[in-house]
Amino acid sequence: MRGDAARPQRRQARVSAALPHLGAIAAAGLVLSGCQMSLLNAKGPVGSDEANILIVASIIMLAIIVPTMIGTLAFAWWFRASNTRAHYRPDWAFSGKIELVIWSVPFLTIVFLGGIAWIGAHRLDPAVPLDSDRTPLRVQVVSLDWKWLFLYPDQQVASVNELVVPAGTPVQFVLTSSSVWNAFFVPRLGSMIYTMRGMTSQLNLMADQEGTLHGLSTHFSGDGFPHMQFPVRAVSDTAFAGWVQGAKGGPRLDTAAYGELARQGTVDAPRTYGSLEPGLFARIVDQTIPKGPGPAQGAETGAPPTVKPKGGS
Amino acid sequence: MLGKLTWSAIPFDQPIPLVAAALVGVVLLGVIAWVAVAGWLPYLWREWITSVDHKRIGVMYVILGLVMLIRGFSDAILMRSHQALAYNAPGYLPPEHYDQIFSAHGTIMIFFGAMPFMIGLMNFVVPLQLGVRDVAFPTLNSVSFWLTATGALLVNVSLVVGEFARTGWWPSPPLSEVTYSPGVGVDYYLWAIQISGIGTLMSGINLVTTILKMRAPGMSYLRMPMFCWTALASNMLIIAAFPILTATLAMLTLDRYLGFHFFTDEAGGNSMLFMNLFWAWGHPEVYILALPAYGVFSEVISTFSGKPLFAYRSMVWATLAICLLSFMVWLHHFFTMGPGGDVNGVFGITSMIIAVPTGVKIFDWMFTMYGGRVRFTTPMLWSVAFLVTFVVGGATGVLLAIPPADFVLHNSLFLVAHFHNVMVSAVVFAAFAGYTYWFPKAFGFTLDEWWGKAAFWFSLVGYVWVFTPLYVVGLLGMTRRLQHFSVAEWYPWIVAASLGVIVMVFGVVCQVVQLVVSIRRREQLRDVTGDPWDGRSLEWATASPPPSFNFAVMPRVEGEEAYWAIKQRAREQARLREEPDYEPVEMPLNSPTGFVCAFFATLVGFAMIWHIWWLAALGLAGAFATFVVFAWRDRVEYEIPADAVARINRRNRASRLEALQQARRKEAA
Repeated sequence: MRGDAARPQRRQARVSAALPHLGAIAAAGLVLSGCQMSLLNAKGPVGSDEANILIVASIIMLAIIVPTMIGTLAFAWWFRASNTRAHYRPDWAFSGKIELVIWSVPFLTIVFLGGIAWIGAHRLDPAVPLDSDRTPLRVQVVSLDWKWLFLYPDQQVASVNELVVPAGTPVQFVLTSSSVWNAFFVPRLGSMIYTMRGMTSQLNLMADQEGTLHGLSTHFSGDGFPHMQFPVRAVSDTAFAGWVQGAKGGPRLDTAAYGELARQGTVDAPRTYGSLEPGLFARIVDQTIPKGPGPAQGAETGAPPTVKPKGGS
Repeated sequence: MLGKLTWSAIPFDQPIPLVAAALVGVVLLGVIAWVAVAGWLPYLWREWITSVDHKRIGVMYVILGLVMLIRGFSDAILMRSHQALAYNAPGYLPPEHYDQIFSAHGTIMIFFGAMPFMIGLMNFVVPLQLGVRDVAFPTLNSVSFWLTATGALLVNVSLVVGEFARTGWWPSPPLSEVTYSPGVGVDYYLWAIQISGIGTLMSGINLVTTILKMRAPGMSYLRMPMFCWTALASNMLIIAAFPILTATLAMLTLDRYLGFHFFTDEAGGNSMLFMNLFWAWGHPEVYILALPAYGVFSEVISTFSGKPLFAYRSMVWATLAICLLSFMVWLHHFFTMGPGGDVNGVFGITSMIIAVPTGVKIFDWMFTMYGGRVRFTTPMLWSVAFLVTFVVGGATGVLLAIPPADFVLHNSLFLVAHFHNVMVSAVVFAAFAGYTYWFPKAFGFTLDEWWGKAAFWFSLVGYVWVFTPLYVVGLLGMTRRLQHFSVAEWYPWIVAASLGVIVMVFGVVCQVVQLVVSIRRREQLRDVTGDPWDGRSLEWATASPPPSFNFAVMPRVEGEEAYWAIKQRAREQARLREEPDYEPVEMPLNSPTGFVCAFFATLVGFAMIWHIWWLAALGLAGAFATFVVFAWRDRVEYEIPADAVARINRRNRASRLEALQQARRKEAA
């Protein structure tokens, strides 16, 4: 009775509800595969495997949801009250056969995707070292308020807000935090992982080719959070050695210098340290070095730290 | 004397919150003045504020939900427009303000928008569908509502007095500990959620008791309408899950107020514990909201398809399966904490398994339409749009449940798009479907269809428009909660999402206009029979709006779809049921207990936030005294005489009989 007024809208219901979604998915797929930033355009083995899982799982699910969307709209349209050709079955409310299919389809899909999840969770566990005949580079990561510190224990150098790694060599990250949680993430290399104070997390990544990638924190960590972004430079072995040599000229990272870094605030440009106090990272993890002071002692004035939002990071 | 509270708590230097608050204040004062001048205050006090009628309380819950949805939406407008202006630029909100806004957006939408809306619908509908006269504990119901309102009030007070949390809507330590969040923002969050959480828990107990113990004669469990089943499941989840939240937030409160170390990562404390506990509540919470939404769609799709719900028993099983499974998946909120392959694998699979009963429900709704006569009213449009868009959110959910996929999508805008995709299409669409569907039952006239459909189309287009770009930009590696950014590839998608918000604004405006237009045209839109949609469950068996006692006599239920059977018989025999023997009805007396309790709870909350200890003690004493006074009451109920019951019921019978005869005349002609 009341539906009669809805006639013009009904045709729209079918077209405009379906098209934006399907169109968007198709368009997104096209755009993303070529885009410079895309997760699907990964630059390392971990990221590539994860992108493959994303794509395979998406295709499997599209095979189910697209017919469901079309079926829903088709049923709704065909059985509209004004369609005299549709057969009205006012008491039809159960069919064992349909129920069997209805329960089986999602169940079988989940069995299949569950297999992917189980195998993927093990094979791509961030703590599992990558297959390679090259010795992995060790990098210790500390998230600070609001900058990233990268320690290279084997090279005895450190950098802030810039990660330089040799392309083609696996990188073994051990991560912790000086204060609040963050998450270390280089989208095109793959897996992210939380950094947490008093604890370490493990992460293994590798860049396949040279190039500059974008890295960031993905766990909100306070007012300076947007500044937790950094370039990741994957360079040749010789360039990496050169960068280490260049860094050697920098100041020493000792407890006092670390204490300065741990205060709340941002740094404008990446910087490097030429030597490391022995055991510094271990003492950050076991909390012998006090935690980041937060806003109370973070700023000399006693006022809340001024985090000037600006474009660059 | 006033603890930490000084004039500096009021952000005189920040025009946005001050102007917004001043505007709200002026509107609020205007409304109060208008009500007072018109002489409606006694009416409001008698009929609404002190009412223990589940219908009135349900309506007040929904009004609170509507207002808070708009409040939360205004935060969304700020966030989206700010981010569109924050590419290589500072935007217009400083970080300390932007951080409050996204925290408030999440908190308000979940706790004070969606929750009151769903609880309001359940409050209003469940006793009517069960064929009973009220909930199990009517006064407790009023207390629950007013405590929820207290929480909402405290969150909004933080806009002008002090600040709100800058930690996100789940205040995860160590960021929320006093070292890193020394201000009152987290305390506002804690006390607002604790106080409203008590209300929610009591509301859950109330509705579960009602459903288990108070059904009409003959209404066995498997004859209950689907909405009652989902309400039962949702409220059982409330009872099981909310104490976890209360305990978790109590621990954080102890950390902040008394120097404890539950979550500080010192002296044996561990911040990971908070994440586990919070999401042990947080994931069931998703289903606390979604299950009643599924119930709304079940009612709407069945009614407007002119058919019983397809595979009702299967739906019941699916509901209970979701209820149970929802407690087994919380870990998927932190696959990226590094728990290892076994733990991630198990929780990935349990998370996916929820998609099975949910998928079954989708197909059952489809087959409910199959063979039906589908009427495209506004509630039905919301439901069909839900079916079509929700499957996308479901699919991206299954995607995120695969741990290696989550390793690259966790906390990204893809995730944000996913949970908005499911929460908007399930909960918000259900809220508006339910609102339009049951509005005539509550007020005796239907809502204007033209404006309702306009609101629907703008909201649907806006919603797809906003969240599709966010899915994409998430795949480009953009994370949530960025106050500014400098990656060129993200920028166009952020701008596109912001433009979609403009379309959504039109949807909200149409929704408001619909209400105003409908009230003005109420005489044309009048529903005289109490059954405007050709409904199938018992709420349509009584007048619109129902009398305070709901049913003149308890209906006898003889099968599924209790009212449909009665109506079919009436149609076949061309006459109504035999007139029953009327008896006097006992109804609970109104009580200001809820309102007074909430007044004192507000004092306690505000005082604790600002460390005004004497005021907190005073508030606690006052709340306890209120309870004692209520416990000592002499009169509990009042009696409505049999002839009054008869008079009210005969009026409705007369209009139903007329409608019946009219329908027959039409058929004959």
